[in-house]
Amino acid sequence: MNTTATHYNDKVVRQFAIMTVVWGIVGMLVGVLIAAQLLWPDLLPAWSFLSYGRLRPLHTNAVIFAFGGSALFATSYYIVQRTCHTRLFADKLAAFTFWGWQLIILLAAVTLPLGITSGKEYAELEWPIDLLIAVVWVAYAVVFFGTIALRKVKHIYVANWFFAAYIITIAVLHITNSLAVPVTLTKGYSLYPGVVDAMVQWWYGHNAVGFFLTAAFLGMMYYFIPKQAGRPVYSYRLSVVHFWALISIYMWAGPHHLHYTTLPDWAQSLGMVFSLILLAPSWGGMINGIMTLSGAWHKLRTDPILKFMIVSLSFYGMSTFEGPMMSIKTVNALSHYTDWTIGHVHSGALGWVAMISIGTMYALIPKLYGRTEMYSTKLIDVHFWTTTIGVVLYITSMWIAGVMQGLMWRATNADGTLTYAFIESIKSTYPYYGVRLLGGVLVLGGMFIIAYNVWKTIAGRTTTADAPVVQPA
Amino acid sequence: MDIGTVRGLITLLLMLAFIGLVVWAYSKRRKADFDEMAQMPFREYPTDKDQGSKTP
Repeated sequence: MNTTATHYNDKVVRQFAIMTVVWGIVGMLVGVLIAAQLLWPDLLPAWSFLSYGRLRPLHTNAVIFAFGGSALFATSYYIVQRTCHTRLFADKLAAFTFWGWQLIILLAAVTLPLGITSGKEYAELEWPIDLLIAVVWVAYAVVFFGTIALRKVKHIYVANWFFAAYIITIAVLHITNSLAVPVTLTKGYSLYPGVVDAMVQWWYGHNAVGFFLTAAFLGMMYYFIPKQAGRPVYSYRLSVVHFWALISIYMWAGPHHLHYTTLPDWAQSLGMVFSLILLAPSWGGMINGIMTLSGAWHKLRTDPILKFMIVSLSFYGMSTFEGPMMSIKTVNALSHYTDWTIGHVHSGALGWVAMISIGTMYALIPKLYGRTEMYSTKLIDVHFWTTTIGVVLYITSMWIAGVMQGLMWRATNADGTLTYAFIESIKSTYPYYGVRLLGGVLVLGGMFIIAYNVWKTIAGRTTTADAPVVQPA
Repeated sequence: MDIGTVRGLITLLLMLAFIGLVVWAYSKRRKADFDEMAQMPFREYPTDKDQGSKTP
């Protein structure tokens, strides 16, 4: 390994890239398991740590923070070095972020099935782990901004702006939302009372979507789509405008998670209006990414990596249209607490986040091992179709199930009594749970294809040395 | 000034900031810089065919 300043630090990028594939398999496997549990409740032995309520947060934490997080660490470290023409700042600290992040994931994998949880969605981990997350995240910020400060060029490429916004915001969100009074080593109580706690939680929750699952992956997109298409981004101006619009508007959209609750009505309406405005900057990013292929559409025929990336943007466009619609209070009255929400989340998380990450890993991993391309392009294409069909099956079945549930729950007879008992809506949902499981199995199957392809690519590696730093003109 | 006026002024201020941002980003003076910045991903490898004429 070369540790001099003349070479990029690719070791930490390789580590995170490999773990992206590993945690992708683990997280999606748990997802398939809990999807099967909804279809067959007695599938697993009746041990508490295998119950749906314990496994569900394990699934969400694994796919968002382990799979998505590793992909973001890998790509942000890779991109910031290449576009700043300098080695990562503080190698040891970068290594600490890798091992620290893996330790956090392992702690989550142990504590969540044991039922050790703060009960806050996407922020379930208890206070000692929260503290560790804060330390690792600050180290991440030091490495990232340290590298920006060391840059050999004047400008900071737009991808780095998105990563910078994500790193700062996640630090603020995580620390604010996790403030708690520790009672024992495994139990702390939130500092906030009642509905304030709910509002802080969803301010965190929606910005975890907005900054972790959106802004950061847009950073990935703004580097790897131009790279893969061999063309500069469609409009750099648009990227600047939609960046500032996106980050300033996302901040206020959280209350739409609390429609028709005890949250003050004006706050709910505020959340709805900001969610509606969000359509514009979201689509700005989608249009900018897709139009980058303008004049090079033929590449989509032959390059399955580009297919992954462009289809991911299509799902991004769909889910960022769907989201504002669902935030409208009258629509939300139908959709809230139904499986439509689950469909919406997976349209974003599988269609956008997972597909852009997978496409990017296919573009990135060969470079990290001194190869021009993956072991098998044919297998990338197979993976593309498996995932696309899987995601479509998943989201369409959940849409239908969700709308049906919402309609059944609100149906009343002439005398005002409810037409359906709750259990009838569950019975009617079974076929859709079956289709959803099939979709999930297809997506998980695709993760085994990428694992095999990555394995064979690394086996044929020509180098594990770090790439030399390119001097700017 | 009552609170309603303050809120109105803040809204106006933010709107002006946004319009200012758009005017700045789309002004002719920024074009050369932005064109150069859009090429940044392609200055990675000396052997890269993508890099065009501007690169080292």
